[in-house]
Amino acid sequence: MKLLVCISKTPDTTAKIAFNGDNTKLETAGITFIMNPYDEWYALVKAIEIQEKWGGTVSVLHVGPAENDSIIRKALAIGASDAYRIDTEAMSADQVAFQVASFIQQNPFDIIFTGKETIDYNGAEVGGRIAAQIDFPFISFASHMDMVSENTAIVKREIEGGTETIKVQTPFVISAAKGMAEQRIPNMKGIMTAKSKSLQVIPATSYNEKVKVVEHELPPAKKAVQYIDPDNMAELARLLREEAKVI
Amino acid sequence: MVLVFVETESGRVRKAGFEAVHFGYLTAQKMGLSCQALVLGEVSDAPLLGLYGASSVHQIVSSGFNHFDNQVYGDAISKAALKLAASVVVLSHSSNGKSLIGNIAYHLAAGSVSAVTDIPETENRFIVKKGVYSSKALVKMEINTPVKVISVQGNSIQTSVVGTEASLQSLDIDVLQPKTELISVDKLKSNVAPLPEAERVVSGGRGLKGPENWAIVEDLANVLHATTACSRPVADSDWRPHHEHVGQTGIAIRPNLYIAIGISGAIQHLAGVNNSKTIVVINKDPEAPFFKAANYGVVGDLFEVVPRLTAAIKSLSQ
Ligand SMILES: Cc1cc2nc3c(=O)[nH]c(=O)nc-3n(C[C@H](O)[C@H](O)[C@H](O)COP(=O)(O)OP(=O)(O)OC[C@H]3O[C@@H](n4cnc5c(N)ncnc54)[C@H](O)[C@@H]3O)c2cc1C
Ligand SMILES: Nc1ncnc2c1ncn2[C@@H]1O[C@H](COP(=O)(O)O)[C@@H](O)[C@H]1O
Repeated sequence: MKLLVCISKTPDTTAKIAFNGDNTKLETAGITFIMNPYDEWYALVKAIEIQEKWGGTVSVLHVGPAENDSIIRKALAIGASDAYRIDTEAMSADQVAFQVASFIQQNPFDIIFTGKETIDYNGAEVGGRIAAQIDFPFISFASHMDMVSENTAIVKREIEGGTETIKVQTPFVISAAKGMAEQRIPNMKGIMTAKSKSLQVIPATSYNEKVKVVEHELPPAKKAVQYIDPDNMAELARLLREEAKVI
Repeated sequence: MVLVFVETESGRVRKAGFEAVHFGYLTAQKMGLSCQALVLGEVSDAPLLGLYGASSVHQIVSSGFNHFDNQVYGDAISKAALKLAASVVVLSHSSNGKSLIGNIAYHLAAGSVSAVTDIPETENRFIVKKGVYSSKALVKMEINTPVKVISVQGNSIQTSVVGTEASLQSLDIDVLQPKTELISVDKLKSNVAPLPEAERVVSGGRGLKGPENWAIVEDLANVLHATTACSRPVADSDWRPHHEHVGQTGIAIRPNLYIAIGISGAIQHLAGVNNSKTIVVINKDPEAPFFKAANYGVVGDLFEVVPRLTAAIKSLSQ
């Protein structure tokens, strides 16, 4: 089975956010970047589990410049077999998805994993766009996945107020949410072998941007908190009704 | 024309569907366009979409829509948008909407932005706004393709009645057959709104000490007709089911009222809740970071404070 995991890079969630002079780009000085948690904890580990049971390979694919190789090496250390990097700055969901799908059209895979969303822009768009371009079924927000044969998966996906269980045949694209797998920490052996695994750099296909960032803003400052005496909850109830008008 | 795909459940329009239509209506008004709605399958209350701004409601009926399949739904909505010459397609930012946005945008060669929170700016350029970086910032994005696809974050606008019932028009489109098969649906039995749609949410954290104490949270939720939620460690320790987990790695919500009980207010938790309109924080630690994001704060022992609040709200309602 040939499995592909798309991995992205995001600022660590605790990062302090600031923007450059014209507010179009994140100020990266002092920010630690990590592999998007959904990609690392759920998509990648699930793919490795499937490969451990059914054989085959787990490739990881990242769209981004060479300075992002450290997250690719981390994915290899966790257990991916090999890696590809499409050599261009990731600008938007449609551009990334176009690069990934064009790659898959040249290099077929049975299952393509993405994370449910990236935690910086929370687009949740890349997986669906990839699936549309290569015309594969797309199962989004999978919280559980069982391969019941080499080409059939039973997948649980999250919906409002519950879950639904779906049966799907390979090939397909799936986006991974919490619950799919348990995070794996790379061990020393993994880190050592990662260095000798293949990381192929692929030139990007030219693409016209469909969306562009106009500017970022910081949210308006919140009014200072109003403290209520813990012995006077009638006052809080009154404020919620008369001032906030929410009850 | 602005075309809104309306989500339904068990043959009825979901709250998110009415919101999306009203969002589409306000957008269309600004652009001098009409707003039309699209429903897939039989929907008993579809004419009501007219009240919120749909000038007509298109309907496609097919057995292909019996369960949600990304390709079948995406294909039908894209074909409808082409046939009706829509220049803006509006979706809900729900489980299915998130699944569909990439598919539809790809088929319409459209630029797309998901989780939009404000009515677009439409003078000269088409610019939408959304929250990014764990709600620590907002971004304005311009979509520069002839057709635009956006999804609307739940609870981001207030709906109001602007029209009268709309007539249903059947739309003739070839519908695909799904490649996926539905095995089962597990819905929580509940008489309150699911979390993403809830207007009031009462949420508990590790401060509750254990699942046996959740009656305190539930009693307050009951008097408020609120939905319950929890922090991540609470779900991870199986004190509460995973679907209640809000935050960065859980669900992002923006209810009118969010009451946080025994939750410290870590940035990853705030990422999912700090767009709530009114936030109440109950915590015994005056230094808890959540107070910085709160409108109302109570420094005290939750085991004493919360039952008092429940009683106070109860007597207010009587
Ligand atoms: C990548 C990543 C993603 C994450 N995603 C999420 C997420 O989506 N959602 C999420 O919630 N967390 C998330 N976390 C975890 C987050 O960092 C915090 O650890 C978590 O939110 C803490 O949960 P808590 O507030 O319930 O517990 P604690 O931090 O332990 O806080 C308990 C609070 O209860 C108070 N308390 C205790 N006893 C009482 C009492 N008797 N009366 C009143 N108050 C009391 C304490 O003062 C304390 O403030 C994530 C972490 C990472 C690294
Ligand atoms: N630059 C990238 N390279 C490879 N995969 C990506 C990239 N950006 C996003 N993805 C994948 O797409 C998923 C959803 O991203 P998004 O649509 O941006 O929320 C992520 O979890 C990744 O699996």
